[in-house]
Amino acid sequence: MTTYIIKRLIQGVIVLLAVSFICFLIFRSSGDPAISMAGQYATFQEIEEVRKVFGLDKPFYIQYARFITNAIKGNFGNSFVNKVPVLPLILERLPATVELAVSAIFIAFVLGVGLGVLVSLKPYALRNRFIMAGSLVNISMPTFLTGILLIMLFGVYLNILPPFGRGETVIVGFWRTGFLTLSGVTHLILPAFTLGMYQLAVLLRLTRAGMREVLTEDYIKTAWSKGLSPMKVIFKHALRNALIPVVTMTGLQFGELIAFSFVTELIFQWPGSGNLLLTSIYEQDQPVIVTYIMLAALIILSINILVDILYAILNPKIRYD
Amino acid sequence: MIEKFSKSKIIYHYLHDLSAIIGSLLLVLSILSAIFAPMLVPQNPYDLEKVSLEHFLTPPAWMEGGSAQFPLGTDDQGRCVLSTIIYGFRTSLIVGFGVVIVAGIFGVIIGLFAGYYGGILDAVSMRLADIFFSFSTTLIAILMLGLFKQRGVLIVIVAICIADWVKYARTMRGSVLEVKEEAYIIAAKATGANDLRILSKHLFPNAIPPIFVILAVDLAVAIMLEATLSFLGVGVPLTEPSLGMMIAIGKNYIYAGMWWLVLFPAAALFLLVIGINLFADWLREELNPRIER
Repeated sequence: MTTYIIKRLIQGVIVLLAVSFICFLIFRSSGDPAISMAGQYATFQEIEEVRKVFGLDKPFYIQYARFITNAIKGNFGNSFVNKVPVLPLILERLPATVELAVSAIFIAFVLGVGLGVLVSLKPYALRNRFIMAGSLVNISMPTFLTGILLIMLFGVYLNILPPFGRGETVIVGFWRTGFLTLSGVTHLILPAFTLGMYQLAVLLRLTRAGMREVLTEDYIKTAWSKGLSPMKVIFKHALRNALIPVVTMTGLQFGELIAFSFVTELIFQWPGSGNLLLTSIYEQDQPVIVTYIMLAALIILSINILVDILYAILNPKIRYD
Repeated sequence: MIEKFSKSKIIYHYLHDLSAIIGSLLLVLSILSAIFAPMLVPQNPYDLEKVSLEHFLTPPAWMEGGSAQFPLGTDDQGRCVLSTIIYGFRTSLIVGFGVVIVAGIFGVIIGLFAGYYGGILDAVSMRLADIFFSFSTTLIAILMLGLFKQRGVLIVIVAICIADWVKYARTMRGSVLEVKEEAYIIAAKATGANDLRILSKHLFPNAIPPIFVILAVDLAVAIMLEATLSFLGVGVPLTEPSLGMMIAIGKNYIYAGMWWLVLFPAAALFLLVIGINLFADWLREELNPRIER
C-alpha cells in the first residue's frame, strides 16, 4: 500500500512537471514576454533592460529551471494587464468557484443517486422511462444552453430567481462566502444547477447501471428470501455495493467542476476564477492563464490521487503491484 | 444478399426501436438540409446583397409585425433566422465529422500500435493521454484557440482534435489488449504471419467495434463543443454561420423579450445532438455482447 501511494505521488509530480513544461512552451512561443512586460510604448533600451532583469536573455533550460523554482515558491509573476501578482489574483476568486462547485456536486450526487436507485428498481415503469428520457435530454444539452434556458425561464419570464451575480457575501476569516445570506443562496441556485446538470445525468446513469447489475447477484436474492425489508435490501445490501464507481466518479468530477466552471461562470457573471481565465484569454494575459492551468492541474491531480488511494482502501479486491 | 441483410438481426432490432429510428431520421434530415442549404433557404444570410438592416429584429411570421418572408424572424443584422440555422447545420456537421474522422484515425492508429507493441510507445502515449484526459477537451481547445491568432472552421477542428484523439486511443488500446490474447491471433503468429498481416487482417477488424460507439457519442460531443466555442467567441469567425454564435447574439436580447433569437437555434442544436445520442444509445446496446436482446 505504501509503495502504491509513493508511486502515485511520483507519477503526479511527473505529470505536473510535464504540464509546467507545456505551459512554459506556450508562454514562450506566443510572443516576446519582454515586450509584454515592458509595455506597448517602451523604447528598445527599456525592453532590453526588462530582458536582462528577468533573465530572458539566458538559454532556454535556465529560464525553465527559473520558472520552476519560482513556481514552487508560489511566485508566478505579475499579470500583464493588472500589473499585480497573479497567484493572489486567482486565489482571491477561488472561494466563489469552490462554493459553486460544491453546491453543484451536492445537487448532482443527491439527485443522481436518488433517481438512479428509483429507476433501477422498475426500469420499464412509465415514470422511470420519463426520468431516463430526461437524462438523455440533459446529456444532449451543452452547459451554456442549459444556463441560458434556465435564465430565460426563472430569471426573465417567471422572474423568481436572480439571473446573474453572487448576491450579498460575508467574509469569514479569509473566505468570502455566499452561503450565509439569503441573497447569496438564491443567487447560487441557478448557476449550481447549470453546472451540476450534466454530472447529475452521468451519476444517474452510472447508479442505474450499477444497481441493475448488483440486483441480479445471488446475495441480493438471499437477502430477499431471508425476508428483509425492501429498504434494507436496497440501501444496505445493493446500494452499498453499487456506489463504489459512483463515489469514484463524483470525486473525479469534483476537481473538474472547480477547474472548468468557466462557461457557467461567464453566463451567470459569477465572480470566480473561471471568469478570470476567460477574460485573461481574451486579453492575452499569459501569466494568469499559465498559473490557472498549473493550479487546475494541481487540484485535479490531488483529487485523482486521493480518490485512487481511497478506492484502494475501500476495495481490497484490487491488487497493486 | 439484400434479402439476407434485411432479415438480419441488426435491421430487425433497428426497425423495432423507435428511438433509434427517430434519432437517425433527425441526423439524416440535418445532413440533407446542410447539403442542400443553398436550395432550401429563403435568403442566403451571408450574401451581403440579400441582407438588409431595415428588416432587423423582425419577429416570427405568426406574431404581430412578423413577415412571411422570414418564417422564424430575423436577427439584429436583418438575417433570416431559419436560413442562418440551416447554414449553421453545415458548420456544426463539418466540424463534427471533421473531428470524428481526424481524431478517430489518429487515435485508433496510436491505440492499435500502443496495444500491440507495448513498451516505450505504450508508456509515452498513455501518459500523454492521461495528461490530456485530466484537462477537459473544452479547456485545451480554448487555450489553443487563444494561441492561434486566426479564426476558422479548420482551426476549430484542429483545436478540438488536439485533446480528443485520447478517447479513441484508450478505447482501441484496451480492445487490442483483449483481442491480442485470443487463440486465433496466437494461431496466426504460429503460422508465421508477419506483424502487418496480423495487425490488418486479424487484430484491427476484431478490435474496432467498440470504436463505433465512441464515434457516435463523440460526434455529438464535438458538435456541442463547436457551439460552445463559438458561443464563447473563440470558435468560427463572425463571417461564418454557427448555432453557438447565434445563441450568443440572441442572449443579448432575452431581457427585451426577443426569445426567437435564442430558442430557435437552441432547438435546432438540441434536436441534432439528441438525434445522434439516440442513435448512439441504440448502437451501444446493439454492440454490447453482455446484453442479449
